[in-house]
Amino acid sequence: MPPRIAVCVKQVPDPDAPASTFKVDESARRVITAPGIPPVVNGFDLHATEAALRIKDAHAGGVEITVLSVGPSFVMEVIKKPLSMGADNLILVEDAALADVDAHATVTVLAAALKKAGPFDLILCGRQASDWDNAYVPLGLAEVLGLPCVTLARKVDLLKESGKVRVERSLTDGYQVVESDSPAVITVSNELGEPRYPTLRGIMAATRKQPSRWKPADIGLNAAALAPLLSLERLFVPERQKEIELIRGEDDADAGRKLALRLREAKLI
Amino acid sequence: MPKVLIAGEVQDGKLAGVSGELVAAALKLTGNPRDVSIALACDDAAGSAENALACGVGSVYVIEHPALKGAGQGGFDAPVTAFVALLNAEKPDVFLMARTDFGYNVAPRVAFRLGVPVAQDCIDLAWDAASNAAVVTRPVYGGNAMAVYRFKEQRPQIVIVRPKTFEPAASNLSPVGEIKRFGVEIPDSHSRARLVESVKEQRAGVRLEEAQVVVAGGRGLGGPEPFKQLQDLASVLGGALGASRAACDAGWIDHSHQIGLTGKSIGPRVYITVGISGASQHMAGCSGAKTIVAINRDPDANIFKEARYGVVGDWQKILPAFIETVREIKRS
Repeated sequence: MPPRIAVCVKQVPDPDAPASTFKVDESARRVITAPGIPPVVNGFDLHATEAALRIKDAHAGGVEITVLSVGPSFVMEVIKKPLSMGADNLILVEDAALADVDAHATVTVLAAALKKAGPFDLILCGRQASDWDNAYVPLGLAEVLGLPCVTLARKVDLLKESGKVRVERSLTDGYQVVESDSPAVITVSNELGEPRYPTLRGIMAATRKQPSRWKPADIGLNAAALAPLLSLERLFVPERQKEIELIRGEDDADAGRKLALRLREAKLI
Repeated sequence: MPKVLIAGEVQDGKLAGVSGELVAAALKLTGNPRDVSIALACDDAAGSAENALACGVGSVYVIEHPALKGAGQGGFDAPVTAFVALLNAEKPDVFLMARTDFGYNVAPRVAFRLGVPVAQDCIDLAWDAASNAAVVTRPVYGGNAMAVYRFKEQRPQIVIVRPKTFEPAASNLSPVGEIKRFGVEIPDSHSRARLVESVKEQRAGVRLEEAQVVVAGGRGLGGPEPFKQLQDLASVLGGALGASRAACDAGWIDHSHQIGLTGKSIGPRVYITVGISGASQHMAGCSGAKTIVAINRDPDANIFKEARYGVVGDWQKILPAFIETVREIKRS
């Protein structure tokens, strides 16, 4: 059987939307979806998709890539992006009850979905999601599924002879090469390089593909399994109190000179 | 008052500076340093254990095992197993780790193995005596919003603290506590992920995380060449060179210079940015900077909401005059 790779992705609000469009409903402790700005697939999850596609390329196409996502509701043309990049299947666990779940519940749901859709030789995830920035779903998945976990990959190879996975990890002060048994959970970072753009052919193929749509009950989960472990007491937009001193000059060069003199005066340089 | 256990980190045989920041965070939870302990999980704690004791804490737990070698960089099973065993034995109320390569990888796995929650990337924390639980604050949505979480009755309550948030506690105190050895079994077959190679990239000059002056460039620079000018400026000021993720992803400069939520956290006295718009993901990495100076063409750029001093204009004209004047100041 050809190797099977799962890629876990999340639909998130566009992190590049202007900060002025970011609003919070403090009483509901929720982020208000900015009107007119569509969500995106979390950036690092596209890096994970790219890592899976590079493995598929290295195996001359003989790899099956299944993308899984968990959420309250999906925008189809957004969540199909990994398919248009070249992934084979899409599984969506979609339910209104998944709106405010925490990372523990997300892990529970993803683990159950991976078990039902598996077995997989490799589970790839983005290093963290740009909404809550928790970075613990992949590590939790590894714990719950009893798998090794290698984080912050900038290169992932599935070795043909041994079936092991070889990962280059990007670290603060250098890098590591780690070899892991498969199956394993690997998290991918932006040091991997830019994810490919979907081709027109890819977009057409993705349009025709229909995702499998599951409810939590389809994978044996009830509401109790989704209750958050921490209580969110407050969610608010912090006030910016910095008062800026803008340095002006006769022209830009003069402003540059005056900036240096002002910093000197303030004993900063 | 809660009992707090800190996961210490060892760097070059010494207790890492970030562990002193965790001691400061722990002292916010409990006024009594005797209620604070530091655990060191590594292959050789000689030196670092004494450093830890000199933070004035009640106990230092030393967990030495060959399998914990290199654990400082995280990502493997052994430190998770070691901390879980210690937490089960000592039952602290709160377990603190830092959001470093180590804490980022280890703390969530400890939490999942124990079935308790973890609060990531916290910038403030307090102990609420009434509910006998920790209350923590953390930035979310790339810093656009703040979330306040309250723990419930679970123990331990695991909190991951953002580096450069707390001033390190004193680390030269007369020891009052004691060093306790804690044995842990880590079978050879334990780790199914093995380290093949570890490369530490040595960079000349000041470490970005420790620099008192940082000069950084972003997308607005338009290419790799201007970073030479920024490097010159950094050198004149005795500082380090940084960059936004956009500039790193574009290949203009190596990712080791990346400052941001996913990159290095800096805490300089002065942070000079050129052509950086100040997206919240970037600002999350420099929230420890005391004074931010911004040069940017766009008067509406977010960086001007965060900066203390700014110039709106063309960096190609501003920067040479700025650098020349800085040189003159330094010469005089």
